[in-house]
Amino acid sequence: MLDIKNVVKVFNPHTINEKVALNGLNLHLDEGDFVTVIGGNGAGKSTMLNAISGVWPVTRGKIEINGKDVTHLPEHKRASFLGRVFQDPMTGTAANMQIEENLALAFRRGKIHTLRKGITSAERKFYKEKLKMLGLGLEDRMTSKVGLLSGGQRQALTLLMATLKKPKLLLLDEHTAALDPRTASKVLEISNQIIEEDKLMTLMVTHNMRDAIRYGNRLIMMHEGRVILDIKGEEKKHLTVDMLLEQFAKASGDEFASDRALLSK
Amino acid sequence: MDFASLLNAIPGAIGQGLIWGIMAIGLYITYRVLDFSDLTVDGTMATGAVVFIIALCDYNLNIWIAMVLAFLAGMAAGLMTGIFHTQMGIPPILSGILTQLSLYSINLLLLGNKANRNINTRNYDVLVSMRDAGKWAIDNPIFITLAILIVLIALLYWFFGTETGCALRATGCNQAMARAQGINTKVAKVIGLMVANGLVALSSAMLAQFSGTVDVKMGSGAIVIGLAAIIIGEALFGKLCQNFAFKLSTAVLGTVIYYVVINLVIQMGLPSQLMKLLTALVVAVFLAVPYWKNGLPAFLSGFSAYRKHMEKKEAKKNA
Repeated sequence: MLDIKNVVKVFNPHTINEKVALNGLNLHLDEGDFVTVIGGNGAGKSTMLNAISGVWPVTRGKIEINGKDVTHLPEHKRASFLGRVFQDPMTGTAANMQIEENLALAFRRGKIHTLRKGITSAERKFYKEKLKMLGLGLEDRMTSKVGLLSGGQRQALTLLMATLKKPKLLLLDEHTAALDPRTASKVLEISNQIIEEDKLMTLMVTHNMRDAIRYGNRLIMMHEGRVILDIKGEEKKHLTVDMLLEQFAKASGDEFASDRALLSK
Repeated sequence: MDFASLLNAIPGAIGQGLIWGIMAIGLYITYRVLDFSDLTVDGTMATGAVVFIIALCDYNLNIWIAMVLAFLAGMAAGLMTGIFHTQMGIPPILSGILTQLSLYSINLLLLGNKANRNINTRNYDVLVSMRDAGKWAIDNPIFITLAILIVLIALLYWFFGTETGCALRATGCNQAMARAQGINTKVAKVIGLMVANGLVALSSAMLAQFSGTVDVKMGSGAIVIGLAAIIIGEALFGKLCQNFAFKLSTAVLGTVIYYVVINLVIQMGLPSQLMKLLTALVVAVFLAVPYWKNGLPAFLSGFSAYRKHMEKKEAKKNA
């Protein structure tokens, strides 16, 4: 369960650059919900994910994960609940470290770091199996530095790291936006497969409306720091891009003003 | 200038280089592993010696205990910089400078307001001494320092393979990733700074024994010497091996090469006060290499454009 209650986030308060990025955001996710998030530029999609991850404190409001209030927990303490994949493939992995070392760090997420070995041989076998499932041949390059991998391979690895220990909530922040179309759809397929197998509660931000419609059991649209559309169940299954645009205009009193989203329809 | 005295200077230079190598290893941890330009070391490089001489000469403690105390004093200096940076939000370089400045006062205070103090090596059985550098014996400082270096590198190799060590490396490589994996990056940085400055202080304590003297200014420019060593090591041996223990060893080889070259140059008659200027310029050029690789600066590319222009002319003439 995820509960976001009346969350407000103001950047640069009391300056001319003041920006209200989240404006009384409310959202409730049930166990196993796979929610796609769309919205124009500056709608607050990434801000919402960062607020959940604790990148910075929110101005007001409350965030609960599985009933536990995490509003005031620092980022590294919330990490034990969360799996995160970022837009930039460089962000999610440590480039100077080996593939298996990156996985070992993810495997210890939320645990206290001791002076025991950073990676054991039993783990290596487990990682090899997991890497095989990605189908990218990474299982034969476990001691390669991650910096040598392509963007798509790095995103797939980050995804594996995010889900290696089943997270309470998976946060995907436009994780295919920086990839070429073929790689993007492959990474999306892998994401979908992992989410469905493990029944992960997921928030997936995307700029691609068709992807937002195709994946997940629920779709929310954000505008000016709030959720303005929430479509689930049967209704979502019959959704089309045109219907979505029409609904958006109705809900926000505005044209859907993101070129990227329109172009990718 | 005769060849024999040149040759005589070499063992001393190697000993000096190996001792400074311990310092270079400490710097490698902050500069390369943690990606933190830690200027604390200029202060720590004197504090270690100061604490050591007080423990040895005033309190008559065992030499090993005195060295451990120096190590702990260095860790305290690292902790101070770490607190400045992680708890007070001061940028890395400035945090180091602040600690370095405070250490200058502390060092003077501990030395009883004197700028230097000598260890009477006749009264104390020091571990490493410059006098023994040319001897073919087991107490030659080169062998003793080498043994200590091997132990230290082995310990660090083990440490950076542990969960905590991996967390430190991840922090230095990508902080966003480290936090997303539940690593407290602030704690990681403080631990790294403490270990690194502990090593620097240990190097300082050994240098005090080696030269028989402690000076509040003995650490001035240490960071540049350390950087020079790391860069020389990487430039000469960096492509050979990616192993962490090997990389630490190349920093030590870097300091040895640095001190051998410096000693030779001074023996050949270069005024020694120019050494720091030369070191700084050499480090500046080496640091510039990656920048220049991404496109030569304007005046250099101007030259290459001119050369291409002339080559074309030449080709036309020949055609």
